[in-house]
Amino acid sequence: MEIKLTCIACPMGCPLSVEMDGDKVVSVTGNTCPRGKVYGEKEVTNPTRIVTSTVKVSGGESVMVSVKTKNDIPKGKIFDVVKALKDVEIPAPVKIGDIVIADVAGTGVDIVATKNVD
Amino acid sequence: MKAYDIVIIGGGPAGLAAAAAAKRSGIDSILILERDRELGGILNQCIHNGFGLHTFKEELTGPEYASRFIDQVEELGIEYKLNTMVMDISPNKVVTAMNREEGLYEIQAKAIVLAMGCRERSRGALNIPGYRPAGIYSAGTAQRLVNMEGFMPGRTCVILGSGDIGLIMARRMTFEGAKVKVVAELMPYSGGLKRNIVQCLDDYGIPLKLSHTVVDIKGKERLEGITLAQVDNKGKPIPGTEEFYECDTLLLSVGLIPENELSNGMGVAMNPITSGPIVNESLETNIEGVFACGNVLHVHDLVDFVSEEAAAAGRNAAAYVKDGAAANVKEVITLKGVDGVRYTVPSTINVDRMADQLIVRFRVGGVYKNCYVSTYFDDERVLRRKRPVVAPGEMEEVKLSKEQLLKYPDLKTITIKIEEA
Repeated sequence: MEIKLTCIACPMGCPLSVEMDGDKVVSVTGNTCPRGKVYGEKEVTNPTRIVTSTVKVSGGESVMVSVKTKNDIPKGKIFDVVKALKDVEIPAPVKIGDIVIADVAGTGVDIVATKNVD
Repeated sequence: MKAYDIVIIGGGPAGLAAAAAAKRSGIDSILILERDRELGGILNQCIHNGFGLHTFKEELTGPEYASRFIDQVEELGIEYKLNTMVMDISPNKVVTAMNREEGLYEIQAKAIVLAMGCRERSRGALNIPGYRPAGIYSAGTAQRLVNMEGFMPGRTCVILGSGDIGLIMARRMTFEGAKVKVVAELMPYSGGLKRNIVQCLDDYGIPLKLSHTVVDIKGKERLEGITLAQVDNKGKPIPGTEEFYECDTLLLSVGLIPENELSNGMGVAMNPITSGPIVNESLETNIEGVFACGNVLHVHDLVDFVSEEAAAAGRNAAAYVKDGAAANVKEVITLKGVDGVRYTVPSTINVDRMADQLIVRFRVGGVYKNCYVSTYFDDERVLRRKRPVVAPGEMEEVKLSKEQLLKYPDLKTITIKIEEA
């Protein structure tokens, strides 16, 4: 099976073609440098993302506080994480790094605040 | 009248970095004036990650990046005023500001750092025909509504312009349950960073239509839909390519304009290409003791470079306060961008006043593959760097060393250009 990707290792944005045999990478082509190969392999075997969003705050100077997954999570879990944040409301004060949800959506990763709200 | 050594106009990333650097250079009397209710500027609404890779070697969100600099300003005990709008700056550096506590009041500054940032190009600048219904927002306005005020601008959305804020908002609106149908870009290439196209559009199956624009807006009270058409190489819509998209929201991400009303008011000379002040190696404008940095000077892609540039402006403003204007200014070297290089910041260099190393930043006018970025000292090519690709969406730089420039005492012009490999 062949998977087509755009490399994001640099602005060149090479069109990558990753040849797969089951879940094993056979070859990466279309890259102009070694970083493209590394990106291509990771992106098809274990793509991950940091998810950033907001949750409501009560009794604070702002009505919203920005949050993120403390580490990257599997790409396929993005919408599970987003759903878990729906209707969450936390009381002020909030400090950067405070855990908003522990082990969000079974990823083993915490949702933490990224802004101070007094 | 209150007096300060350095007054900094704007408490965003540029103003904060300039203030911290000026204080560390030995100036105690500093005031930051900020019109919003908190420091940090536009970073506060940029909740996505990817900030600070160069500065902190980690990926921070916008508010986290801002807080690192806000903490520095607090720890250094730098004075700032929030909810304060600067109305005017006179050529002799009297700042007229206004807020609810003090009303209209004046501040005398010895040096000024302009750090007002930029604002978004609006619908009015685009000549889109049709009615003016509700539901048309600039991408940054929508970003503030969603991320800070907790409002959703709409449910089905089309985005015009592939600037980074538009791309980021495509993902953000998707997370909040909206359907983003398409991102249209007038140019044949995207104005945003490649990684944003992959991580904000490709990840969610949102199509990007290059060489397309909005030719009609439907809806009288509320937006009901828009018509996209393909454009030819002159940017003119091609008849027969029109396609209707039903949507209640149109976000515009069609460019940023440095916010220079105050600079113009005090007589700062402007560069028509950047829409920002013309500055020398010290980031000083044509008015002695008035410095500019960040997006008010020229629009950046990465906040890291804003902080770096602003810190230089802060140090230079501090040096000006301590040493006064440079006496016996030697003849300056003119910097020029040609053959694909649209502009350079700075525009002139006085070698005596430059730091050991000077970063010249510029943008190119098109996409060039396998090219050289070449630097000429008068007619002699002294630097040449091979680049696999350069594009208008990513700012470029050339580093000049003082040591090297001192070897060319009669140098008049430095030219930066793109050459074919």
